[in-house]
Amino acid sequence: MMLTLIILIPLLAGALAFSVKGEGVKGLALVSSLITLGVSCWASCNAYTEPFSFSVPWIPSLGTHFALLADGMSTMLCLLTAIVLPVVIITNWNKTVDKPWAFYGFMLLSQAGLLGVFLASDALLFYFFWELALIPVYFLCSRWGGERRIPVTFKFFVYTFVGSLMMLAGIIYLASQTSGPDAYSWNSIVKAGSALPLQTQQVVFWLIFIAFAIKMPIFPFHTWQPDTYEQSPTPVTIVLSALMVKMGLYAVLRWLFPVLPQGVAYWSDTVVILSIIGIVYASFLAIVQTDIKRLVAYSSIAHMGLMSAAAFSSSNVGMHGIMVQMFNHGINITGMWLVVSMIENRWGTRDMTKLGGMANVAPKMAIALVIISLANIALPLTNGFVGEFMLFNGLFSGASPYHITFMVIAGLGVILGAIYTLNMVQKTAYGETAEMVIAKDITANEYVGLFIIIGIILLLGVYPKPLLDMTAGIAKILVP
Amino acid sequence: MKAIIAATIFGILLMFVSLMMKDKKAIASLAVVALFVLFGVNLWDLIQSPAGSSQTYFNNMLNVSYYGQLFNTLMTGCTLLYALLVSKEIQKVGAHVAEYFALIFFILVGVYLLSSYNNLLMLFLGIEIMSIPQYILAGSDKRNLKSSEASLKYFLMGAFSTGILLMGITLLYGATGSFSLAGLSFLQANTINAMAVAGILFIMMALGFKVSAAPMHMWTPDVYDGAPTPFTAYMATVVKAAAFIAFMQLFRFSFGNVSNTWMMVLAVITAITLFVGNITAVFQQSVKRMLAYSSIAQAGFMLFAVLASNTAAANHGMLIYAVAYSVGTIGIFTVLMKLKDYTYDGFNGLAQKEPLLAFVATIFLLSLAGIPLTGGFMAKYYVVMAAVQQGNLMWLVIFALLMAAVSVYYYFRVIIAMYFKQGDAELSSEVTGGDKFMLILTCLLVILLGVAPQLFLAGI
Repeated sequence: MMLTLIILIPLLAGALAFSVKGEGVKGLALVSSLITLGVSCWASCNAYTEPFSFSVPWIPSLGTHFALLADGMSTMLCLLTAIVLPVVIITNWNKTVDKPWAFYGFMLLSQAGLLGVFLASDALLFYFFWELALIPVYFLCSRWGGERRIPVTFKFFVYTFVGSLMMLAGIIYLASQTSGPDAYSWNSIVKAGSALPLQTQQVVFWLIFIAFAIKMPIFPFHTWQPDTYEQSPTPVTIVLSALMVKMGLYAVLRWLFPVLPQGVAYWSDTVVILSIIGIVYASFLAIVQTDIKRLVAYSSIAHMGLMSAAAFSSSNVGMHGIMVQMFNHGINITGMWLVVSMIENRWGTRDMTKLGGMANVAPKMAIALVIISLANIALPLTNGFVGEFMLFNGLFSGASPYHITFMVIAGLGVILGAIYTLNMVQKTAYGETAEMVIAKDITANEYVGLFIIIGIILLLGVYPKPLLDMTAGIAKILVP
Repeated sequence: MKAIIAATIFGILLMFVSLMMKDKKAIASLAVVALFVLFGVNLWDLIQSPAGSSQTYFNNMLNVSYYGQLFNTLMTGCTLLYALLVSKEIQKVGAHVAEYFALIFFILVGVYLLSSYNNLLMLFLGIEIMSIPQYILAGSDKRNLKSSEASLKYFLMGAFSTGILLMGITLLYGATGSFSLAGLSFLQANTINAMAVAGILFIMMALGFKVSAAPMHMWTPDVYDGAPTPFTAYMATVVKAAAFIAFMQLFRFSFGNVSNTWMMVLAVITAITLFVGNITAVFQQSVKRMLAYSSIAQAGFMLFAVLASNTAAANHGMLIYAVAYSVGTIGIFTVLMKLKDYTYDGFNGLAQKEPLLAFVATIFLLSLAGIPLTGGFMAKYYVVMAAVQQGNLMWLVIFALLMAAVSVYYYFRVIIAMYFKQGDAELSSEVTGGDKFMLILTCLLVILLGVAPQLFLAGI
């Protein structure tokens, strides 16, 4: 029952937010997100020792249940979602948005969808939440985004919707192969899917994988991403890049690997190659960007590429690494966007060629930028290092005959990552001091947000054990 | 059975009411009350008959099943909802309000026959009783040339398709010596002859015309566009659903044994319907015309229920689709009627002016596009599931889902216009508190259908 609360609180608060007129809605959003955080912490603690679940029949004639499962991986991602949202709300406390009630209402609704995706253990319920997370984001980007927001967001929506529909076809097909009263439960789907012949598994694999590949995004399906990140308002960009792309990766781990093992094995090399192309391609593109937001967007493609490459290299270390890295990447990229939005706010531009000298005029902000950037390129003592180390370990011990080649080329991504990230740090923090529009260093509320993020970065960099323990053993369940 | 009698009596009574009452508002209220009573009668019929039962009337001419009664009840409910939402607009169409409502009652008689016919003659009668009032309603705005054109076009095309239907029935009679569905179900795959196949295909063409399946859809955009909007809303929803249930029952129960003769033809018709409906809708400038094409596209999905051989899944799918599509379409047409300009630009900035109207329109459009949490999703879900269980229709399912993605384009164009474009959406009439209440109710119904569809499938 407590599990339902995790989803119910943001859902109800989101619906309620629309009726609050005025700035008071921020308080509501903050309170709701903090309660969600509390409940998520509780769930994580409980799932730490033993996974637990909740299930009531939903549409009996179809065999669907309102079934939620909390294990280490899902509660970890819930925790990430629950941490990111209050941080976003706190750091944006002083900013005024047009129609705040709708803005925060949609934010909370999309949080409910995300939490639902991470917890659902019924395929139809999973699909429901998958879409519930998307629709509010569509409205958020289209209403509060940049100049080219309408066509860009529409492209994003159509891309992901096509993917979702293909996934729906796959889910329905799998459910039609099951028997018994709980056709859509994770267990039935896994049983039915893994019993299919290879030929069928391949077809179903692509039907389902396309949705996840678009969401992550993996190389040829990524074209919606930089534009959408750039045009969205920063809080939404954070939701998209820190949380929503994790949906894709999470879904691969939960709903693809165990369900279609042979199909995955057959196509894994192809996906790894696509991911690695994505890493190198996005890294090179990131190097030539002058807009910081686009740079971070491309760097995100590169990081997600590495995670998906490790995922499809089918080794347990890699799987464990991805779970850890999903959390770390979510934290790091949130910090990155926060700093980027502060820069945009203070200097009135995101163009790196017009920025510089932050260390002189806003030293605290510069320190935050440096720490977060270092975490982003996975330096030891930051959380990024632990995850990335495990990912490379996973790639190296992969089952594919080309695993060494894969690892070496993917390793290029790290070097290129250092180039574009440090280049950005240099151009914004040092050099000639550019004129600020608002001459202010970090304000109190931004300080709180960045403190949380940097605290987690350093803490997990030095002592990653809780995170590792939390997700230990899950890989074995997913890929026996 | 009581419902058929009640609907007929109400229809006849309403025709005479216009002699005594001149107040349009009073007549409309009377009709709504009559519809309410009719809904109650249907419910009474439904409760009295145990689930899964069926009873025959008129020497086996009618076979009233529980499923058919559930369909009747739901469609009468939709008609009631429709009357409550648009009775004001119906009063604006012309002077003969009592006749318009009387014709709607006669259409309902046709709907009831189509859900329970047990004989091809009853099928023919049902279709005619349902169609002839529609020809009149399409032309009811007598001063408008487009309305007259729509009526004439509809009548000529309808008469033509009726001829084809009769031809098909005749050929089948020649082949089997029977008009009754039970007699037809003796058709076997190994003994079927060319005459019977031709008969089946002729009937398929005629029914395809009624449900506006491509390539028999040509009349739809012109008629839907030309007819007065309140009546378009009705033609596109309840009437179409009734034609579908007739289609489904005939092909499933009587021609099920010989599905190898018509299955592929119908699958291709479905694919063409989906393609033509969705792709053409993209290029429309008028929302009303777009909705006409979207109704063709939605018909493509409903054809899945005819194609699917799994009875339970298809039966569920047909009902849910009929209700979800009807409620959603009636809702969006109601919003459309409140606007002066039927083009996309006419919707610009509606969210600023009438936030509630824009919100409910968004829900209806999301439902038509098939987004989860709305009835439209569950409807698509059920029919797609029925088709997937068929096994060999996976190609059609994937094609249909891709086409559903196309449909997002034209449905969302309206949402974009309402919320993200600047403009001054002019209203044709004021949105009263009663309108708002009904629209919110409709909206809740759409969401209820999306969350708990089993409530509408009680007993089957």
